[in-house]
Amino acid sequence: MNQITPASIGLSREDLPNSYIGRSVPRPNAPKLVQGRATYTDDVVLPRMLHTAFLRSPCAHARIGAIETAAAMAVPGVVRVFTGADIAKVCDPWVATLDHLKGMKSAPQYPLPLHRATWQGEPIVAVLAETRAAAEDGVAALAVTFEPLPAQTDMESALAPGAVVIHPELGDNLVFTRTAETGDVAAAFAAAHKVVEARFVTGRHTGVTLEPRSIIADYNRADGTLTVHHSTQAPHMMQGVFAKQLRMAEGDVRVICKDVGGSFGIKVHVYPDEVAVAAMARIMGRPVKFIADRFEAFASDIHARDHRIHGRLAVDAEGRVLAFDVDDLTGIGPYSVYPRTSAIEGNQVVNLCGGPYDFRNYRCTTTVVLQNKAPTCQYRAVGHPIATAVTEGLMDLAAEALGMDPIEIRRRNLIRDDAYPYTSPAGMRFEGLSHHASLDKLLQMVPVARIRADQAEARSRGVYRGLGIAAFIELTNPSPFMYGIGGARISAQDGCTVRMDPDGSIVASSGVTEQGQGTEAILAQIVAHGVGVAVERVKIITGDTQTTPYGGGTWACRGAGIGGEAALQSAIALKQQLLDVAGAMLQAAPDSLDIVLGRIVDKAGGAERMTLHELGRIVYFRGDTLPRELQRELVQTRHFITKEYPFAFTNGIQASWVEVDPATGMVKLLEHWCVEDCGRIVNPMLVDEQVRGGIVQGIGGALYEHCIYDAQGNLLTTTLADYLVPMSAEMPEMHVGHVETPTRESLLGAKGAGEAGTAGAPGAIMNAINDALRPLGARVHEQPFTPERILRALGTIA
Amino acid sequence: MITLTVNGERVSRHVDPRRHLIDFLRLDLGLTGSHAGCEHGVCGACTVRVDGEIVRGCLVLAASLDGAEVTTIEGLSDSGEVADLQANFVARNAAQCGFCTPGMIMTAADILAHQKDATRAEIREHLAGNYCRCTGYQAIVDAVEATLEARR
Ligand code: FES
Ligand code: FES
Repeated sequence: MNQITPASIGLSREDLPNSYIGRSVPRPNAPKLVQGRATYTDDVVLPRMLHTAFLRSPCAHARIGAIETAAAMAVPGVVRVFTGADIAKVCDPWVATLDHLKGMKSAPQYPLPLHRATWQGEPIVAVLAETRAAAEDGVAALAVTFEPLPAQTDMESALAPGAVVIHPELGDNLVFTRTAETGDVAAAFAAAHKVVEARFVTGRHTGVTLEPRSIIADYNRADGTLTVHHSTQAPHMMQGVFAKQLRMAEGDVRVICKDVGGSFGIKVHVYPDEVAVAAMARIMGRPVKFIADRFEAFASDIHARDHRIHGRLAVDAEGRVLAFDVDDLTGIGPYSVYPRTSAIEGNQVVNLCGGPYDFRNYRCTTTVVLQNKAPTCQYRAVGHPIATAVTEGLMDLAAEALGMDPIEIRRRNLIRDDAYPYTSPAGMRFEGLSHHASLDKLLQMVPVARIRADQAEARSRGVYRGLGIAAFIELTNPSPFMYGIGGARISAQDGCTVRMDPDGSIVASSGVTEQGQGTEAILAQIVAHGVGVAVERVKIITGDTQTTPYGGGTWACRGAGIGGEAALQSAIALKQQLLDVAGAMLQAAPDSLDIVLGRIVDKAGGAERMTLHELGRIVYFRGDTLPRELQRELVQTRHFITKEYPFAFTNGIQASWVEVDPATGMVKLLEHWCVEDCGRIVNPMLVDEQVRGGIVQGIGGALYEHCIYDAQGNLLTTTLADYLVPMSAEMPEMHVGHVETPTRESLLGAKGAGEAGTAGAPGAIMNAINDALRPLGARVHEQPFTPERILRALGTIA
Repeated sequence: MITLTVNGERVSRHVDPRRHLIDFLRLDLGLTGSHAGCEHGVCGACTVRVDGEIVRGCLVLAASLDGAEVTTIEGLSDSGEVADLQANFVARNAAQCGFCTPGMIMTAADILAHQKDATRAEIREHLAGNYCRCTGYQAIVDAVEATLEARR
């Protein structure tokens, strides 16, 4: 067979009639969404199904005393009450550490704790009932004694003498620490022309998927199988988790995940209440449903980004970066979250600070500590918005100190587009990035001269506007270096099986999953392109461990890059198989034939020879007419894993244009731009909307979203009225541009696109606000940038 | 016992006094197109039409609806009233996970019915009670705007 190259299969070529790569094809699964015909987990109803509700800890830290259940059992409809000890009979605890994170420690976590509650909102007792309402009535009738213990809520004092050690057996509250150091940081700072520094804070916030966490577990005693309907990003991982914790064989557990109402990393973790649901189903031998309500979502979904960072930057007189020196501290709640761990976010900060720039001397430390607040873990763009805000905040401070334009200082320091492969001071290997091309593209889109003129004119009227820029890198397509080498059963490879049915229609089943990104749409495009059929002829199956090839699911922007490549390779293999069979039928060399829009044609001239429909009829119903030895299985499977680089980095740059009202401290977002380079773009419209949605999530963290705790560890933001999320009226118009640097690790060349928006937006907004405030002598580095914080920076309030 | 019209069909049911409309639709009638996102009146995922006006299904008690006329996303879709809007949502990728989408469509249908000259800013204002975590709203505003323009 001829060598297959991106050019030979027409990637990006719009002129081929069945070329779908690079086209904005609408998502085939969108019509059901707009007509209310999707199936989310809560829409599934099973015979004999019970509902559960949890009593959650009212205290940040408490000893669990007596649990009185009689009154709860007397509530009509209540079937059973489960305590931690009841669940522990069938379910083992887990410890979330990764071997490659040296020295990491955490405590065993049970689905429901046995003796101590360690955060407010932790599930303590479960009530099973015929309806959710009866289960909630049962919870209200429970009498559980909590003996409050002192709580360690402040991360700054978590390691100090006198701190409350949350798990005494660990000795202290230190989960993990790592320092990356290269070059001679001290000497670089000593020799610097200017040194700037700042203290940054990123506010603890959370994912707020509109569909809350949802699960139905069904244990069938007759055949010994557990079937779990789950709103999750990683069905195969969860299959392994349920099997291991419940002491079952992995093959006896099936996880089905139909439509998922948003995930963003929230739904890729192991939650104790969800494992308790599986354990209760195992004990009861019937289906148990749990749908978190909004209060439970705020109190028990993972939180993220609770960091305090001291950053210093040294530059020479030409504005060249000499060194970054960063110290990061993060509080992760009372347990590291299984199985990805809660040390990855801090570790990413160490990997990513200074990432877009070419410099030699680097020191960054992260310190990860326990506290009595909800557990934190990976949320969209893990660590990236933090590292980007720190890096870009310092770059703007340096530009100001030098009297240099913020665009100019970036141009002088961004890694050159011809410098690849390149290894960053933090040890990250970049195959190919396009910082300068992206900056150029951004400057074509952003009318900087007009904006600067408008800014000066507005200032003269006492109106304060600012322009902020943030360049970023993004880690996508992770290899086993992310989790696998640490011992976690988290698959970095993914597979796809593509088959042709008798009518010539194509069915592809894939291990990656869909939560709204458009995974199924791009898989359909890729398969249609690879086989040579109309995209309408392709059906995609995802989200079922029993019918899809084993894979990692969708996270860390791997859907297109890993899942898409597996789909492309299996589609190409099926095409070859079809051509071999067609060649035998038509007495032609397979090489002389091609498949275009569901028809076998002569490669030269394009004359139609037969339809796939006819080929299918003969193979499936008149196999007797084919040569005896002809291989005629019209199904192919391929798996893909990246091998050369641990991660496929992408890059991009954002700009934000804002107006700050010095009287009220309110920030108005006027316009936003993003240029990103995710390699080969399969569907430009879907990429743009991923970027826009991501930007708005970044805006949320920058301006509004905050899980606020009081000093005792009470969560104060437990409704959507207290915890502010971005709504349509305040959001800016967003312009998205692209540079395409395909990865050479795969035929498809796609890298991830889902996190770019979130990675860069907070840094760009912070810089824009500070640009607006500059004439007033004020600056903010603590997210979210609320009116109160801005007024305090202005000295308006104390 | 209440008797009301839901999507043009008459239904009679006994309901608990505390049953809100969204649970009534989802659990008692199997109309799962409407969603519960917060159950405290902020997210708009439960938006349905009652007697011609959009309401939050989580804030209305089913027991109060004797004699009412209720339209959900299922009924709205079947009637074809907003087929053009739905087509624009698909074309513009204004639905990602889709969990907010039925509520968005109900609210957008209200703009189409009552605010035919809405500007982009007015569309944004009108949709400001419907939370969407996925899209960043711009595509939704585009889809509504395109529908309004095409209908003019
Ligand atoms: S569920 Fe009714 S407004 Fe959120
Ligand atoms: S599309 Fe997911 S919440 Fe709107």
